[in-house]
Amino acid sequence: MTDQPSVSDNRAGVITRVEELGYELKIGQVMTTKVVTFSPGTTILEALDVIKQHRISGAPVTVDGELVGIISTEDLIRALRDGRIDRSVSTYMTKDLITVKAIDKVVEALKVFQKTKVGRLPVVNENNKLVGLITKGDITNGLLTALQRDYQAEEIIRYRASHLFEDIESDRTSLILRYRIIKDDFVNGGAASNNIKRALLRLGANRQIARKCGIAVYEAEMNLIIHTNNGGFLRVEIEPHKITIEAYDDGPGIDDIEKALTPGYSTATEEIRDKGFGAGMGLVNIRSCVDEMTMKSSKESGTNLYMTMYLDKTES
Amino acid sequence: MCSLQTILDNIELQILTDPQDYTEIEIHSGYTSDLLSCVMTGAQADGIWVTLIANINIVAVASLLELPAIIITENAQPDAATIARANREGIVLLSTPVGSYQIVGKLWELGIKDLDPNK
Repeated sequence: MTDQPSVSDNRAGVITRVEELGYELKIGQVMTTKVVTFSPGTTILEALDVIKQHRISGAPVTVDGELVGIISTEDLIRALRDGRIDRSVSTYMTKDLITVKAIDKVVEALKVFQKTKVGRLPVVNENNKLVGLITKGDITNGLLTALQRDYQAEEIIRYRASHLFEDIESDRTSLILRYRIIKDDFVNGGAASNNIKRALLRLGANRQIARKCGIAVYEAEMNLIIHTNNGGFLRVEIEPHKITIEAYDDGPGIDDIEKALTPGYSTATEEIRDKGFGAGMGLVNIRSCVDEMTMKSSKESGTNLYMTMYLDKTES
Repeated sequence: MCSLQTILDNIELQILTDPQDYTEIEIHSGYTSDLLSCVMTGAQADGIWVTLIANINIVAVASLLELPAIIITENAQPDAATIARANREGIVLLSTPVGSYQIVGKLWELGIKDLDPNK
């Protein structure tokens, strides 16, 4: 990540989670706060001892917490070359300082690292007091920790969800998900089925069940988008041992259910077929994915499609 | 089975979505159809899908079926919303001027033969 270019506008659409975190995390959250410091009067000899003891390659120089310079290995080598180990660090320290603020985002520190090639940056608070040091290593660690937190958060959601049915006691516990599906809304087509699939995975259903349920709901969802007068509703009830899916609309109803269930039979228009629908396989697909399927339809009350999947046999 | 990178190295395809590490994407099988419901039943997870359809629904289907990549043939062009959604879902959209038949032939030669033991 050290060679990563900073995010420019034309790359704004390709921001990864790591880059996003660079904009979320503050320098103060990832910096090292335990910092060895020198006062200006510390001698080069003393500084060398401390640096050797702590295995560091430099340290900030402060007066009453305020940053006045930074002394690096390079500065110390200059002092050694001059044979002036008795002089104070203030003679050799770098006074031309680049600092970052603790409240700034990590990405600001990354920009400075990229521009200046320095290895570490002093971090100051709003009163210019030294509060820490930041290295590229600190940033990497901070980002990794944050990613790990993200991952754990999802794990916790999964854990909580998968224990939902065990934690709540009742004679019959179920979780009901409802989605309103809008007529002709092809752009959001598949959103409900994807959400349902994710919910099932979080609840601990195995992948095969989640996939089959996703396919069945997708077909039902697209039927509501394509074939209804005013769209309709999806209702998914999840119980420990079964999933019941219901799709209902208020018309126009199916003339001949028998025919509608025939593979390849479709009433879709040419325009719908151009979109890739209208294979006449939707209901056939549903039937192969679920354990039970029943359909009721009339011109007056529209179409109701009931699907049931039993979980016991394959549930992990 | 081969990586998406191998496919990109061997077949001339235009990448429409944001770059990803294609060496990490393993393609286990392939499927071709221009009817979404057939894809729903036929395509296996981690498979590549070859189709003439370029509208936004292909992304929803690929996402649901966990298909990492779609090759859109005969220069059919997905719109910006479709590409944006594919980027959001992490699905690679590829485009080619040649027809599905030829693309499938080339994928087959690369060893993607849709031999799913569970099928």
